[in-house]
Amino acid sequence: MENSKSEIKIPTMAEMAAEGKEPEILFWVGCAGSFDERARKITRDICKILHHVGISYAVLGTEENCTGDPAKRAGNEFLFQMQAMMNIQVLDGYNIKKIVTGCPHCFNTIKNEYPGLGGNYEVIHHSQLIQQLIDAGKLKAEGGESFKGKRITYHDPCYLGRGNDVYEAPRAALEILDTELVEMKRCKSNGLCCGAGGAQMFKEPEPGKRDINIERIADVIETKAQVVAAACPFCMTMLTDGVKNQDKEQEIKVLDIAEITVRANGL
Amino acid sequence: MIAQFIFIIILAAAVYLFSKNVAKIRRNILLGKDTDRNDQPALRWKTMAKIALGQTKMVKRPVAAVMHFFIYIGFIIINLEVLEIMIDGIFGSHRIFSRPLGGLYGFLIGAFEILAVLVLTACIVFLCRRNVVHLKRFTGTEMTQWPKSDANYILITEILLMTAFLTMNAADYKLQLLHFGHYVTAGSFPVSSLLAPLLPDGASALVITERVCWWFHIIGILCFLNYLPYSKHFHILLAFPNTYYSNLNPKGKFTNMASVTNEVKAMLDPSFVPENTGEPARFGAKDVTDLTWKNLMEAYTCTECGRCTSVCPANITGKLLSPRKIMMDTRDRITEIGNNIDKHGKDYNDNKSLLDNYVTREELWACTSCNACAEACPVNINPLEIITEMRRYIVMEESQAPASLNNMFGNVENNGAPWKYSQADRFNWAEEQ
Repeated sequence: MENSKSEIKIPTMAEMAAEGKEPEILFWVGCAGSFDERARKITRDICKILHHVGISYAVLGTEENCTGDPAKRAGNEFLFQMQAMMNIQVLDGYNIKKIVTGCPHCFNTIKNEYPGLGGNYEVIHHSQLIQQLIDAGKLKAEGGESFKGKRITYHDPCYLGRGNDVYEAPRAALEILDTELVEMKRCKSNGLCCGAGGAQMFKEPEPGKRDINIERIADVIETKAQVVAAACPFCMTMLTDGVKNQDKEQEIKVLDIAEITVRANGL
Repeated sequence: MIAQFIFIIILAAAVYLFSKNVAKIRRNILLGKDTDRNDQPALRWKTMAKIALGQTKMVKRPVAAVMHFFIYIGFIIINLEVLEIMIDGIFGSHRIFSRPLGGLYGFLIGAFEILAVLVLTACIVFLCRRNVVHLKRFTGTEMTQWPKSDANYILITEILLMTAFLTMNAADYKLQLLHFGHYVTAGSFPVSSLLAPLLPDGASALVITERVCWWFHIIGILCFLNYLPYSKHFHILLAFPNTYYSNLNPKGKFTNMASVTNEVKAMLDPSFVPENTGEPARFGAKDVTDLTWKNLMEAYTCTECGRCTSVCPANITGKLLSPRKIMMDTRDRITEIGNNIDKHGKDYNDNKSLLDNYVTREELWACTSCNACAEACPVNINPLEIITEMRRYIVMEESQAPASLNNMFGNVENNGAPWKYSQADRFNWAEEQ
């Protein structure tokens, strides 16, 4: 296991299919997870967790394509459905049954909007996978960095929380750490958006008094938390920018649920 | 006898006028496009019972929830009293339920009086919140003169009605003590007995007071009934069907447009023959008639409480978008179209539309689709659906998305990602350690 740190080989569906194998679960990485520098690190951490617990998994690699989420939220239904149908062809071609995503937007789109276009899969978000692994006793918080005594708060991504009523799974991943989990005044179904959703990530905000992520970071600062946990690559970008903007980089770390899990387990 | 005749005429006129206006609103709602909201009836009844009847979404704001609950319970229960007033009015009887109900009658009248005081208190608190404390939620660009006055008219009317009810009972109570005429000893008056000393002692003055209050109360109620279709107060009726026809899907799930599916399938597979989907419709919504009847029902259900706007991240940070305004604009526009049909006939075109004449593009593009508005609404209204439909029109019919979004579309189409990276580099992350 010691060597695994640097020698994880990421299996692709194409390789597996060539060997006549089918993985238990497909890890849907997402565009941010594939291209965004920070999110790529989280992608590798999710792989470390999958590897650590010995789940048979694979990724699509270069065969993966945008789910169409940003196009759909922006009103481009044509582009969304084109993307969806191409992806469904690829997924069905590999006989995929179960998917874990590293992004709440991919999660929501594949889980809720693909079935209507013929793509039916069991879809979970990586925070739900972590919760399942904790519940099954396969994942603990030992052998790594101690978060004991640290104040941690959790920012609910809209498409995980309000969008799909997943509030407890990411919190379960934090509760195991023996830390002080503090909630922001706007949390769970009242959580405030980071400002990236609805394709805002890809455009300048409309004129206003301030940016939404700055408004959100004020909630984080108010909790006096040392770590703000995220579960979405877009929230990650917005929160990190917000922390920088407020000159709080020394005091507040923005970490994904997967990164925290990997650190706590020394993976 | 004459009094009975006048009463029946007023009652009939009020019911006729109200039915006519409700029919007009129903027709306006049905100008929207069809959508199926009849599946899972058991879950729909349960949703309605929980959210409209049980008001479970109100409790997020406890002060407003308690006050609103007083008015709501008062409204429903005091209607039993109105039933008696109706029967008395038609048949010329007086407190007709007192004999058959016996001891229960006294309890009921006593309970109505206590409820009336609670309603009065809540209305006064609500008036203060709107006009003295100036809660932020009740301000904003869309809260112009009419919406503000509308709210005040409703509260003042309710105060007047409750005052008339209590004064009527006080006079009746005094007449009962005098054993005057047909004023049989009936009911208990825990509140109005305290008001009795304020009234004159002479029997004839008391009879006049009692009769004036009786007529004022019932005519007031009938007028209020007819005010509803013009007012945000219509929510007291529409909250029930509106929650019954709630969206039962996860909030993150947006509709897949069937018209687009046909075209995309035809593009991917030239041999594909689309099913006949009727007339070629516009993609998305330019005007309210491009929305579904449910969107329009929601517009008529909205009581402008502003919970949606107060949690909207765009609005909180000073952007133009206000979900409440989207709903109010939709209602104003469909009402305008309805009035045009009445005046100029079915095919009249006023060259106006919801987009641009009511809702600006700047508002629409400020939305983060976070669903906070839909979550906050106590009667399950979803402004995000309307915003999305209008975005669809702008993007697919006009190709007028902001330039940066057009870049993103291009990237998704050509590179399979919203950023300008090569598809071939998509798996590079696996090489880094």
